[in-house]
Amino acid sequence: MASMISTRRRALSRGPSGWLAVPALVFFLVFAVIPLVGVLFLSFTSWDGLGEIRLDGMSSWAAVLTDPVTGNALVVTAKIIVFSFIAQAPISLLLGVFTSGAQKYRAALAVLYFVPLLLSSAAVAIAFKALLDPNFGMGPGLGIPALTQDWLGNSDLVLFVVVFVIAWQFVPFHTLIYQGGVRQIPASLYEAAQIDGAGRIKQFFHVTLPQLKYTMITSSTLMVVGSLAYFDLVFVLTAGGPGYSTRLLPLHMYLTGFKANDMGAASALGVILVVIGLVLALLLQRLGGRNRSASQLEGA
Amino acid sequence: MKFRRLQTAATALTASALVLSLAACGSGGPSGGSVSADSATMWGLTGGNQASLQNSVDAWNSVHSDQSIKLEFFANDAHKTKVRTAVGAGQGPTFIYGWGGGVLKSYVDAGQVEDLTGFLEQNPQVRDRYLPSVLKNGEIDGKTYAVPNNNAQPVVLYYNKEVFDKVGAQPPKTWDELMALVPKFKAAGIAPFSLAGQSKWPNLMWLEYLVERIGGPEVFADIAVNKPGAWSDPAVVEALTKIQELVEAGGFVNGFSSIAADSSADQALMYTGKAAMILQGGWIYQGMKKDAPGFVSSGKLGFTTFPTVSGGKGDPANVVGNPSNFWSVSSKGTEAQKAAALNYIKDGMFTEKNTQDLIDSGAVPVVKGVESKLEASPDKDFLTFAYGMAKNAPDFTMSWDQALSPAQGDAMLSNLDQIFLKKITPQQFVETMNATVEK
Repeated sequence: MASMISTRRRALSRGPSGWLAVPALVFFLVFAVIPLVGVLFLSFTSWDGLGEIRLDGMSSWAAVLTDPVTGNALVVTAKIIVFSFIAQAPISLLLGVFTSGAQKYRAALAVLYFVPLLLSSAAVAIAFKALLDPNFGMGPGLGIPALTQDWLGNSDLVLFVVVFVIAWQFVPFHTLIYQGGVRQIPASLYEAAQIDGAGRIKQFFHVTLPQLKYTMITSSTLMVVGSLAYFDLVFVLTAGGPGYSTRLLPLHMYLTGFKANDMGAASALGVILVVIGLVLALLLQRLGGRNRSASQLEGA
Repeated sequence: MKFRRLQTAATALTASALVLSLAACGSGGPSGGSVSADSATMWGLTGGNQASLQNSVDAWNSVHSDQSIKLEFFANDAHKTKVRTAVGAGQGPTFIYGWGGGVLKSYVDAGQVEDLTGFLEQNPQVRDRYLPSVLKNGEIDGKTYAVPNNNAQPVVLYYNKEVFDKVGAQPPKTWDELMALVPKFKAAGIAPFSLAGQSKWPNLMWLEYLVERIGGPEVFADIAVNKPGAWSDPAVVEALTKIQELVEAGGFVNGFSSIAADSSADQALMYTGKAAMILQGGWIYQGMKKDAPGFVSSGKLGFTTFPTVSGGKGDPANVVGNPSNFWSVSSKGTEAQKAAALNYIKDGMFTEKNTQDLIDSGAVPVVKGVESKLEASPDKDFLTFAYGMAKNAPDFTMSWDQALSPAQGDAMLSNLDQIFLKKITPQQFVETMNATVEK
């Protein structure tokens, strides 16, 4: 009897059984690992999608790595990651803190902020494409010259327009994450801070922000890795254009594979994309520190 | 500790799975048979010929319940990608819609489409109903792999008569007249030309016609057979230079590089009077007839041939565009599906009703003996114009992106886009394209 209790205790202290992960791992194996191996194999072949798959050594890799469009796609992707992060992180943090308040009007606003997330990316892209049209869009429609720009046709402007539309769609999601994070902070911390004479600003910087550390890491990981996967929205909005101005890496991969019908090169691009995604995700996990499960409330 | 590291790796892997899920794009075939699971399948294009194709298949299915056809429609650009991917994955439709040319050749090389030569020999009435010059475009190495299924689609210079009257201008007959019109329309606050630059292939119409007018049909004929250095022909450089001069002069509508043809915004610019002219395929007449019926029926829509270029070698009667669209029959279909497909091609297409439907939609069917029907149509001005263009052209060059191999076609469209954006010079274009020939 005593030994049984101690076994159970040991089991509990080790956390839930590893077997619980099996269904997820099976899905992961079938839909991620196996295709990944397939893509790695295809990157050493030349295949037009129709005929025979021919082993072709490194020629796809050589073509991809020497193609200036690939370099350009990497730069555009890096810009999207950085600008998206700069645009989305502060706004969602502040909105998240704001909507976590108990006031009724804040709850109502939170529902409104949430609406863009309910729309599919393709629908968002089509709507913005129509709104931003320099001839039929909202600028000429409302007669406001400042809005009558060639938003999606100007190579210098288009990247920021894309960042804006992405932010419009995804800020609600990150706001939700932060809202949940803020609501989990114990009220006692704020009470203690108040007793110590901290005002609202000080409470934000010394209680809210440190307490949100892991929420920030989660949100940032999703933001950064998600930026690598933006495809549908950009594809519908600009199709990578004008020229190569918004040809992100995933879009470049798709267009190489399914428009130019060069599956070998597209697979090589896919491998590059996966490696970058892995490295970024690992780096962000590292930022969270080694001892992730340690309490955030130590010393509180 | 060990477990924790594993957990970190797993989290990272899951995050990257987000990225990976993209690789699953573009799969999928038809699912959920409304007709029956073993019916022949057909993927058509949305737009001008959608209604006549739907009618034709409905009429067929109502009589031939044992050989029914399941029809689905897709937008042009999406369809091109989808059908090819599906065919490659063995999930393609029984009827493969196409343009002939290099794309058809890639299907033939991969053994994906049926040789229809024997079928045409057994059924000479099918072969004989077509205009021979059009039927020829479904041949690869002397064998027929595709038969025409709709209308002749020459590229036409459309213009808005109302806008021309307002400015007091005449449609351009020469390139110099065309360039002279640009400042005139700009001064009136009207864009000289509309262009769906985001779709890229409408840009190509400019290059096709200019090269044709300057250098004649031989220039592209050499390019099409992959003659080394064929892109270096001076006609190509001159055509590209003229395009960049027109862009420089402000010839194209503000924001042309973000306009997509699938949304028909390019035609709308012309019929709403925001742009004076548009160079587009014969099919947009059908689109405008549907979207702007008043504009078309009141005779405000003008149309003419592409201007000549002084000193050019090309015959002004030569035409570029699509001779027609085509049906190929998938060799991966079941015997029953193939039999149904061939029977439909034999008896279901270009019936009296189908031909009349096409004409009523504003299209010129590519079959013989339609002159009197075209004359009787309310759209006879345009129809006889387009029919005459297609029939009398000494040379009808197929759209280059369809005539070339898919990889070359894509490289050409991307680089031409760069020409319109003035990011590369004509010489750079020529060098890049010559490099694709050596591949």
